Amino acid sequence: MVGIVIVSHSQKLAEGVAELAKMMAADAPVVPAGGLDDGTFGTSFEKISTAIDSVYSDDGVVILMDMGSAVMTAEMVIENMPDRKIRMLDCPLVEGAVVAAIGSSANQSVEEIAEAVQDAASEKKL
Amino acid sequence: MTDSKKVIEIVKQIGEQIQMEKDFLTELDNVIGDGDHGINMARGFKEVEKKLADLSGKDIGSILKAVGMSLVSTVGGASGPLYGTAFMKAGAAVGAKNEMDGNDFIAALEAAIGGIEMRGKAHEGEKTMLDALIPALNAIKKSYEANNDFKAALTSGVDAAEKGVEYTKTIIATKGRASYLGERSLGHQDPGATSSCLMLKVINRML
Repeated sequence: MVGIVIVSHSQKLAEGVAELAKMMAADAPVVPAGGLDDGTFGTSFEKISTAIDSVYSDDGVVILMDMGSAVMTAEMVIENMPDRKIRMLDCPLVEGAVVAAIGSSANQSVEEIAEAVQDAASEKKL
Repeated sequence: MTDSKKVIEIVKQIGEQIQMEKDFLTELDNVIGDGDHGINMARGFKEVEKKLADLSGKDIGSILKAVGMSLVSTVGGASGPLYGTAFMKAGAAVGAKNEMDGNDFIAALEAAIGGIEMRGKAHEGEKTMLDALIPALNAIKKSYEANNDFKAALTSGVDAAEKGVEYTKTIIATKGRASYLGERSLGHQDPGATSSCLMLKVINRML
């Protein structure tokens, strides 16, 4: 199954999104990578790296980010792992995570998940 | 113009200056950002300082790359990947040299700016560190080409960077956290441009 890493400036937010996503797909490998090592706000190269390591398999990993340095730091982590199949998803954090978890649980590929979250990205709430 | 030993001293001094201006940088970021620029930079450079002793004897490219890698993993905010990439690209541009001259510095600064543009997906005029760095590079190049006096070129670079920082007050942010504020970002100087200018001032002071 494709691993899913949730990157946020907030540790609580990343954990909450991961929890929420797993409610729809309990067996999906979703891990949070939020906040700095001491739990304060920010994005951590180390945390993101470790999170990817924890859910990486030949199926690959997808990464969801909140904003700003979450994107840039994730990019740099990926550049540091050139032989791996890792894709950053350009979608809303919560909705994307849920779609990705369901997709992963259904054994979708990284590419299929990337496409599925695009649909989620354009869905209206109201 | 400078050697490995001096480069280490300069990095140390940049760190010390950032510690001194930590609160000011944070305050700027409080107004148009998420209020962590000074704190983050201070943390990042404190970690860099711990590594400086191990970098003694290394070539300039390696020193700058190590500084960059350290910043990426310890700053915690956008300036981590941005300055991290900047220093790493600067290091790659200088290469395994133990001394560098004016042309090396210009190549390093140019590579650093290219790194920031790539990493931040930004360009001049968006109210970012580039609005201090790009005018500085242009001024340095122009002056150095005309007079072949690097010290004078660097001074004109600092001058341009300072003007760049002032300029950021007059434009709306279209990059970074400040861009969420739109027009409310007007009238406030950019924290990243401020810290970039700070670095150039320290470099100018030390060379």
